[in-house]
Amino acid sequence: MSGSERGTGSGRGRLRGEPESRTGAGNGGGTDGGGPERLHLAPSPHIHAPDSTSRIMWTVVATLVPVIGAAVWFFGLSALLVIAASTLGALLTERGFGERGTLGDGSAAITGLLLGLTLPPGIPLWMSFLGGAFAIGLGKLIFGGLGQNIFNPALLGRAFLQAAFPTALTTWPALADRWTNVYASNLALPLLSPGKVDVVTTATPLNLMKFEHQGTDLFHLAVGSTAGSLGETAGVLILLCGAYLAWKGYLDWRIPVSILATVAAFSGILHAIDPTFPGPLFMLLSGGLVLGAVYMATDMVTSPVTRKGAWIFGLGIGVLTVLIRVWGGLTEGVMYSILFMNALVPFIDQVTRPAAFGARTATREAR
Amino acid sequence: MGGFRHGVHPPGLKELTAGLPIRRMPFPELLALPLRQHAGAPARALVERGDRVERGDKVGEAQGFISSSVHASAAGTVRDVRLWPHPDGSMAETVVIEVDPVSPQRPRPRIVPEWEGLTRDEVVAAIQDAGVVGLGGAAFPAHVKLSPPDDLDIDVIVANGAECEPYLTSDHRTMLEYPERVHFGLRVMMHALGVERAIIGVEENKADAIAALRATVPPDLDIRVEGLTVKYPQGAEKMLLHSLLGRKVPSGKLPMHVGAVVQNVGSIAAIAEVFQTGYPLIERIVTVTGPGIRRPANLIVPVGTRIQDVLDHCGGMTPDAERIVFGGPMMGNAQPEPGAPILKGTTGIVVLTGDAIAGGAQLPCIRCGKCLDACPVFLDPADLGRLARAGRYEEMTDLRLSDCMLCGSCSYVCPSHIPLSQLFGLARSMVRKLERRAKEAAGAEAEPAKAGTGAAA
Repeated sequence: MSGSERGTGSGRGRLRGEPESRTGAGNGGGTDGGGPERLHLAPSPHIHAPDSTSRIMWTVVATLVPVIGAAVWFFGLSALLVIAASTLGALLTERGFGERGTLGDGSAAITGLLLGLTLPPGIPLWMSFLGGAFAIGLGKLIFGGLGQNIFNPALLGRAFLQAAFPTALTTWPALADRWTNVYASNLALPLLSPGKVDVVTTATPLNLMKFEHQGTDLFHLAVGSTAGSLGETAGVLILLCGAYLAWKGYLDWRIPVSILATVAAFSGILHAIDPTFPGPLFMLLSGGLVLGAVYMATDMVTSPVTRKGAWIFGLGIGVLTVLIRVWGGLTEGVMYSILFMNALVPFIDQVTRPAAFGARTATREAR
Repeated sequence: MGGFRHGVHPPGLKELTAGLPIRRMPFPELLALPLRQHAGAPARALVERGDRVERGDKVGEAQGFISSSVHASAAGTVRDVRLWPHPDGSMAETVVIEVDPVSPQRPRPRIVPEWEGLTRDEVVAAIQDAGVVGLGGAAFPAHVKLSPPDDLDIDVIVANGAECEPYLTSDHRTMLEYPERVHFGLRVMMHALGVERAIIGVEENKADAIAALRATVPPDLDIRVEGLTVKYPQGAEKMLLHSLLGRKVPSGKLPMHVGAVVQNVGSIAAIAEVFQTGYPLIERIVTVTGPGIRRPANLIVPVGTRIQDVLDHCGGMTPDAERIVFGGPMMGNAQPEPGAPILKGTTGIVVLTGDAIAGGAQLPCIRCGKCLDACPVFLDPADLGRLARAGRYEEMTDLRLSDCMLCGSCSYVCPSHIPLSQLFGLARSMVRKLERRAKEAAGAEAEPAKAGTGAAA
């Protein structure tokens, strides 16, 4: 628009005054060849932070890849098959019964992957698939889909499997000797008792501790070369992935920190009083504690929204976990601790809601 | 100074215009001066079709105390007083002036008020007569803030130079190029209020403005220039007072209740002009910026210039421009009508393109809590949003919806792209409507009020 000293240029005739003559929203920008086709109206703010729910979800999925890799390293291809079965169950259920297009948000994939990681390596694949379907169908969709569920869907799926198939869920095959290993019990047909299949079994560190008062080498615990569920053994790796997510702001670091600190402190006190109780390092690294603290308890939908609430939530999970592990009938208590605290989340949110800015001063003045 | 907690960190995006000196835009052919450019009662037209006006002549008279006058920003002929597109989306009573193309645009000779001899009431009257309003966006009449109730003890004036909205640089350039004007405006305000102390708060990303202000503080005045953390919404009155003075404005109260008067630096400079040149508020500094404008600029624009004329002066919009926003992108309004005028409160015109605009499919709330961490007044936007969608407005009042400043921080961070601040704006108008209805019902009849059941209406 050269030479338009008066600043109106060649477009001056068009808008010359009368509102009636306006051509409606759009065709601004002058008549010098450029100018947009139409103008958009939308409420403020007109800019947005780069994060989106789908991006958060798919980033979580991406951080699970190394954890799955570790599971394959320790348990062979079985790990991949079990996780694939649970994920397939979750995705198909979401696709079949959920609203259209919700697969893209990535939340069903997370549920399936996480459920797979909580299962024993030798579990029959059909059970894993069923667990995934249950987790999404009755753990999430029945509540109204994403954001509406009270309980962590993956853990609900596992709780269902544990109730339905207690033997399969507590049968721990020995570590694989090759990464191509597939446990025979994986391929058991539906409703065939997995006990009939011949597999070399072993005990998890928690079993050994609880029933035989036998410790496990801490190095093995940290690296993950022990018997146990697929994703629960590589504690250090999971912590690294969690640290990345926390740095991105995709999980609330307060929750895992408060869970792990509570477990360490509580079990440390018990161990100091009576050394036959397991020590804090063993407690932290054994079983599903790290996986649960980093990936399960931090599920945004089923954890508190307030910062103070996150601390309380983690404290509750930590205390319950130690209580169940030390005095309960079960060897592992992380799952039930989280599910129990999930139920308390609405209450925690309500009592920890922050006071509005200036609300306290207002009350003080009113007095 | 850090100050308030929470808030968000949108990109500054000010580099497009931060280094561009203010220049004057030529007079347009046509001016549209709405009689409602300020918070409060609209002005009443003093002119009619065919009247000749000189630059600076009053064309609209303030109606009542919370109102402001409107002046002709160029000499010319009144073509009509009629409804015209208003930037708020409505049609509003507007004085339309055809600008005289040959006029030298010199204002009539006028008497410059001698501020030292004036009482507070005279200063207040002069400012109202000059039509000065808050230039930071809300356009609250400036003289009202200078007349606090007698039982309140005001001890400090805070000049708001935070300019925390992305893109905008009009306050920045004002402070950098006219620091003496800001100080002089503060001098008059301190005189009027009988206050000894003033603080100018400027976000630290405007180091040159801070330096310019510090270098020009008059030795006889207690004016402190403070750097502020770059964080949105640092320029909100309550946040600013908390950052600078550690004073928390109680919920539902105003800055004057904690002894402070807050005014935007642009408005303070406009007050200075009233007592330096005698000019009323007839032009303002507007940042024209954004990826969708060809030649971004900081312009002195006559109030009432149409959007189209300003954009044309800046080279027009690019073909991929999609949205014209009045004010910053966090709180500004999108404009549908290129014929709508620049108002006294228009801080900037931001032209956004597709990639600069917030988009993304809306998903359900996943309770991530990011909105709680963003809300500068510590509300629970997640819960409020849920209630708003369910139409449970009365419960929202209990959760202090009235404290929401509609700053947009929650919408900005929401990963599910839920338009929270829009929901809250709507809910607020619904609550007002319900309250009005309840009052009417109570006044009309002793019949038991059934406001609760009408919530969904």
